[in-house]
Amino acid sequence: MVKIQIIAILVSLLFLLYIVRLIIRGKLREEYSIVWIVCTIILILFSLWRDGLELIADFVGVYEAPNLVFTGAIFAILIYLLHLSIVVSKLHSQNKQLAQEIALLKNKISEKSKV
Amino acid sequence: MTDSSSINLKQSTTVVTEGVYRIAAIVPAFNEEEAITSVVNDINQLAAEKKLLIDVIVVNDCSKDSTSEVISNINCIAINLPINLGIGGAVQTGFKYALENGYDFAIQIDGDGQHPASEIPKIINAAVNGNLDVVIGSRFITKEGFQSSAFRRIGISYFKWLNHLLVGTVIFDSTSGFRLINRKVLTIVSEYYPDEYPEPEAIIVYSLNNFKIGEVSVSMKDRQGGVSSIGTFASVYYMLKVTLAIIFTFIRMKFKRI
Repeated sequence: MVKIQIIAILVSLLFLLYIVRLIIRGKLREEYSIVWIVCTIILILFSLWRDGLELIADFVGVYEAPNLVFTGAIFAILIYLLHLSIVVSKLHSQNKQLAQEIALLKNKISEKSKV
Repeated sequence: MTDSSSINLKQSTTVVTEGVYRIAAIVPAFNEEEAITSVVNDINQLAAEKKLLIDVIVVNDCSKDSTSEVISNINCIAINLPINLGIGGAVQTGFKYALENGYDFAIQIDGDGQHPASEIPKIINAAVNGNLDVVIGSRFITKEGFQSSAFRRIGISYFKWLNHLLVGTVIFDSTSGFRLINRKVLTIVSEYYPDEYPEPEAIIVYSLNNFKIGEVSVSMKDRQGGVSSIGTFASVYYMLKVTLAIIFTFIRMKFKRI
């Protein structure tokens, strides 16, 4: 095993451990952790099985195997960012509704206490 | 349609319907501690003089200054938002209040003193006499009073063109926030109302819901205090955002009807 393989596997495992810790402490919801866990597992897989990357690159017609990694990673990141934007948009509108409800309820309460 | 109706309405100066309709005057306020008192007092004074059933609803959009204390000490219904929602979210809060509390009309009046209370009867008359769902107080039908900057006027004529292209209505002053809607419209806007710079986009929503829109000429004043929600540098962003919003609202609502 080459040095870089060991480093890659170690870093990936640490990352996985950190994600698990975040989930246990309730700081990361499970549905958002899935993508991270899957990515980490893929990273570990290809750190162990170096020929696999070459094999797949050859299969899809990419000359340099690392380019396949970059393309795949960038694509995944873009999709995930879009997903986060959708989540933020949803939170934004829910937040607005809540704020409006609170303001109207506060008004109702203060009107009642005046009477 | 709007052109002719607005001329007719100017001629028919019948009496303002005394105390028949309950009207909610919605005043969105963000850091308006200087101007808000006179805005609210003007409306109340007008209501007393003309015997109109107007309740002033001030929606404080989480102001950083003392707006919330100021409005708690004057004669109005004070609604304080816990977080800043922007003009659209604040106005919509007022719409929700008006709908919940059974008002017949809601009229939006800016909290900075740009919209003189004396023009309110004209707008209400237009809605009642012209049987209109939406009445917009416009600066541009007859040019009187404050006319705003050249750049803003270019933007306004651009929106006029865009509105005409998409829904065929000609609104001269589509950025005017001085507008009245009836209960039918309230049920729609309390469900959906745009957040940022809502005025031009709202016109698309009204048109696609087949509401009757009219425009009356009003004079406006320059703002009395605070700063405009649209700075010079934000203008380009404003145009882009509103154009996108208008186009997507148009597409969304067209598809919903099919």
